[in-house]
Amino acid sequence: MRKNRTNGMKLRKLRSQTSIDVIGFSFISPWLIGFLGFIVGPMLASLYFSFTDYDLLSAPTWIGLDNYINMFTNDERFIQALKVTFIFVFGSVPLKLAFALFVAMLFNTKRKGIGLYRTMYYVPSILGGSVAIAVVWRQLFGRDGALNDILAFFGFEGTSWVTHPDYALSTLIILVVWQFGSPMLIFLAGLKAIPYELYEAAAVDGASPFLQFIKITLPMLSPVIFFNLVMQTIQGFMAFTQSFLITNGGPMDRTLFYAVYLYEKAFAHFDMGYASALAWVLLIICAVFTTFIFKTAKSWVYYESEGGN
Amino acid sequence: MQKRRMRKTIVYHGFIWLLGFIMIYPILWTIASSLKPESEIFRNAASLIPSEWMWENFTKGWEGFGNLSFSTFFINSTFVTTIVVIGTLFSSTLVAFGFARIQFRFRTILFVCMIVTLMLPQQVTLIPQYILFHNLGWVNTYLPLIVPSFIGGIPFFIFLMIQFIRGIPRELDEAAYMDGASTFQIFWRIILPLTTPALATVAIFSFYWTWDDFMTPLVYLNDTELYTVALGLQMFSDPSSLSAWGPMFAMSVASIVPQLLVFLFFQKYLVEGITAGSVKG
Repeated sequence: MRKNRTNGMKLRKLRSQTSIDVIGFSFISPWLIGFLGFIVGPMLASLYFSFTDYDLLSAPTWIGLDNYINMFTNDERFIQALKVTFIFVFGSVPLKLAFALFVAMLFNTKRKGIGLYRTMYYVPSILGGSVAIAVVWRQLFGRDGALNDILAFFGFEGTSWVTHPDYALSTLIILVVWQFGSPMLIFLAGLKAIPYELYEAAAVDGASPFLQFIKITLPMLSPVIFFNLVMQTIQGFMAFTQSFLITNGGPMDRTLFYAVYLYEKAFAHFDMGYASALAWVLLIICAVFTTFIFKTAKSWVYYESEGGN
Repeated sequence: MQKRRMRKTIVYHGFIWLLGFIMIYPILWTIASSLKPESEIFRNAASLIPSEWMWENFTKGWEGFGNLSFSTFFINSTFVTTIVVIGTLFSSTLVAFGFARIQFRFRTILFVCMIVTLMLPQQVTLIPQYILFHNLGWVNTYLPLIVPSFIGGIPFFIFLMIQFIRGIPRELDEAAYMDGASTFQIFWRIILPLTTPALATVAIFSFYWTWDDFMTPLVYLNDTELYTVALGLQMFSDPSSLSAWGPMFAMSVASIVPQLLVFLFFQKYLVEGITAGSVKG
């Protein structure tokens, strides 16, 4: 440890800070160029466009807050898209995380065959986002689809789930919950990191498995739950492919995801100004939710190393 | 006691197999439907065993439509994916080394900027980037799909590499430095060879996301000759023009074969990549 530090000192003495800066910036330059040119620059541009009327062909004209005002007072489809996206996020994220945790707990054992099971349960997450699966989903939940065939076997009569106003969104929620693989693997790694002695001690004290889950598993896992929650929530707000390919926003805008509406405004109507305003509202919504999760995290995320480290 | 444990084991494995079967049923169903005769796809929708094995669905589907066969789409996707994987490896290793090992000024603030972009919704930069590429004359070329990977377009990969490089003992760098190695030599000769497992993880993820990506090609590619597999399949499956269901499912299966193969052979790296970002971080 000590030797390490003296070596570090020597290194610093041998090189001037300026030459270190030059070397450092050269290494990160690919990212820095991308960050300034493709993220910061475009974001500032889009903030400007959001206050303009811009169709890509003629120069943007400044219209002040009109886009934002229109959005909230005059655009029913925007309100509908917000509503659909909120239902989608609040429906799919908790379900997906609960299911992922359930499967991870099933797999957190020393029994044989876990490797094979993990592969089997992860396959949907590999393929679930593809166009192929979107096509299949339309079919599985269609009028003549496999689900209705199975229901008929049990004597129930199904409907065309993907085109039914009341059920279309649910079929999309099922699709994303089905891709629970990544949070499941993260939960599993988190579960394996919980010291087994904690459970042993609790069992000696007579705590039931349910109490152990509430008092040990959940608190010890809370940093991982927090990570999954943030990532899945942001992904949920960004969801596009499922709605675009399976239901195309329909029926009657019942599955009009925010990202789909934004895409329509930008690339079907070429209303770039309005679409930029939509993008900024999305960014603000995501920022508010992320901040909210981060703020509340203090009260429910338990860090073992805190205080001691 | 022994008997009870035995019964518990059977219930456990039985339950996992049943749930697992439900999980992969849609995929098995796709494979089965790609081999079924046309009429059977709807009449016997739930069945997983075709009455007759229609291998010609694949040859028919591969012909595509008009004068465009799926060969074109697969060549396009392979080309784009290969370049993107190379670009991602190039940018993520260089940048990660810079952040993990060099104490340059403004490092912390720039690192925070990178972490924030990890959580930035793609839609926010989509429109201005489109306008930028439009003005550069890049729309309807592969450049908007490829160039971002060379400039750290997906910060997740940089983050993953940083996490990995931090785990390599610094003594190695310092010893090499004492022997007169330059910073680039330390990167190239010492660090890079040690990051091979992380490189595999990055390559596999970037392969998946590029092969799967639908929105970027949808926005930027207009000519059907430039279409990737995802776009080609979407055009092929358009409900308003679709007539041949068997060949369409056959091509759906063909489009996921590369992903499935990579997963089966390299899943170890995938699992490591997913968990590295969250638990260790």
